[in-house]
Amino acid sequence: MIRCRGLVKRYKDVVAVAGLDLEVRGGECFGLLGPNGAGKTTTVEMLEGLLPPDAGEIEVLGLTWATHERELRRRLGVALQETRLSDKLSVRETIALFRGLYGGGRAVDEVLDVVQLREKQRAWVGKLSGGQRQRLAIACALVGAPDVLFLDEPTTGLDPQSRRQLWDVVTAFRAGGGTVVLTTHYMEEAERLCDRVAVIDHGRIIAQGAPQDLIASMGAEHVVEFTIDGERGAGKGTITADALSALPGVRGARLDGDRFELTVSEVHHALPALMAELERRRVVLSDLRTHHATLEDLFLNLTGRHLRDA
Amino acid sequence: MMQHPLWHLTLSRFREFYRMPEALFWAFVFPILLAVMLGLAFRNRPPQRVRVGVQAGAGADSLVAALRASADVTPVLLPAAEAQRELRAGRVVLVVVAGDPVAYRYDSTRTESRIARLATDEVLQRAFGRHDARAVVDQRVTEKGSRYIDFLIPGLIGMNLMGAGMWGVGFALVQNRTRKLIKRLVASPMRRWHYLASYLCVRFALVPVESGVIVGFGVWAFGVPVRGSLPALLAVAVLGSFCFSSLGLLVASRAQTVEAVAGLMNVVMLPMWFLSGVFFSAANFPDAMQPFIRALPLTALNDALRAMMIDGASLASQAGELAIVALWGAASFAVAVRIFRWL
Repeated sequence: MIRCRGLVKRYKDVVAVAGLDLEVRGGECFGLLGPNGAGKTTTVEMLEGLLPPDAGEIEVLGLTWATHERELRRRLGVALQETRLSDKLSVRETIALFRGLYGGGRAVDEVLDVVQLREKQRAWVGKLSGGQRQRLAIACALVGAPDVLFLDEPTTGLDPQSRRQLWDVVTAFRAGGGTVVLTTHYMEEAERLCDRVAVIDHGRIIAQGAPQDLIASMGAEHVVEFTIDGERGAGKGTITADALSALPGVRGARLDGDRFELTVSEVHHALPALMAELERRRVVLSDLRTHHATLEDLFLNLTGRHLRDA
Repeated sequence: MMQHPLWHLTLSRFREFYRMPEALFWAFVFPILLAVMLGLAFRNRPPQRVRVGVQAGAGADSLVAALRASADVTPVLLPAAEAQRELRAGRVVLVVVAGDPVAYRYDSTRTESRIARLATDEVLQRAFGRHDARAVVDQRVTEKGSRYIDFLIPGLIGMNLMGAGMWGVGFALVQNRTRKLIKRLVASPMRRWHYLASYLCVRFALVPVESGVIVGFGVWAFGVPVRGSLPALLAVAVLGSFCFSSLGLLVASRAQTVEAVAGLMNVVMLPMWFLSGVFFSAANFPDAMQPFIRALPLTALNDALRAMMIDGASLASQAGELAIVALWGAASFAVAVRIFRWL
């Protein structure tokens, strides 16, 4: 459906995308996951034919941008990272304009319902909230009845309710057989929406696959985090990540500031062992929590950095 | 037609335009204000008397008495120092000093002063005994079509077509590009020349109103004649709008900021304001410059508008001028589409 090989893009002396191979299958939702500045938007805009790559090949729907630009544009729906639309046009007029540019497609009323903007249809774009604008951007992408939908950070900066509304729109589009490519730096979004994700860092793919498989590849389903109380307890400073990783059920341990993070395959074995070890060394905890491993933990495992603040 | 993408784009542009109050002001109110100001400047009035200073001294009183009889000058008696000051400040255009010979003090490069000198001399010579050798009679030209205002109105139409076309298209385009409004459209199956053409179509739709306001005011306030056919005049105005809107596209095609495009537009328009016969005839410039001036689109447009409106010339008789205008427009559009920066 979409295939690219050896994709490279440089901006002056910065390499934004450093040799990237991707394959998106028909009917799936594919996510590009990575921190800000990882090269997600650059990659997507090259796939969308808005940015010429410095090297590499791109094939969308079996066609290339050089030979079939107009046909591709007609079959793709695009929501940019920040889709700017004219402030002086109403919601309805904007959608009708895009329908006109696509030379037809879905009915304006139908699309208004899908993105739940019917009651705002006469409002000027300039008067909409951030969430409403994002939904309008997606309406403009949907109205041409595309085969592939590109969404670049569709939910960044939205409140939880607007985010869930957008997820519903994506789910509905896929139910109709459409293919979706989206970028996000929310792991929850990627896990929830995507059949497969590519984790991107510094313009390269560092992991690719189904979210559950990627998490499972860490060999650990849980994460235990704790902080040592620096005031009390005699044994502070005697404990090391290496010592902790030898505990039963623990797959890995790392120290992040004053916080320890253990990736754990069996919480019910690891936790008692951890408590016993801390007791033995006379260490007092100030905080301890456990959660299911996520793509965030995968990224942390692979890069040593968090997705959000990388 | 309703389904054509160009129609959708034009309709959207038109809505954006009329929902912007300042755009309406420039398009409709500004030409009226301009015409009203000209009306004040060129209203019909009797020939004015000019102030002529008479330096106080022996014999000055008899000069003042003689000059009072004149319809052309108003004499004022002034002490020497003050007369000098008034002359420098331009409050009197000529100072007469009594004596033998009588002296006229004035700046010979000032037209007003030279006329005042002639009028004053005429009055004084006659008062002191000169007789006219021949009888003469004045025939003042007030025939419609040969006054300055008749020259001016077609020039204003041309100037307005240039300003509105270049600003309306060039400025709006760069603004929309810097606001990244164009990027999303480029990601749709829109044909790019449709986008640029939609700006021109909106201009065409406004031409009858914008130019009509100026013509209508000229006819109503000054009785400026419209001797050529109105549809033919409209066709010429639309052609002019095409030419200058395309030039607007061209200056906007690479500009990255609104400041840059504003500067470029002034560079293009400023020479034409002076050279192309808006306020005074282009024939005033040296012969060596004439081929260049004739090749400017505003010169050709103004000449054609003037010939058709005032002299009642036919469309066909202006083919040469119209070809120049059309050529500028077509070439600008073609180049703009090729070099336009879309993102």
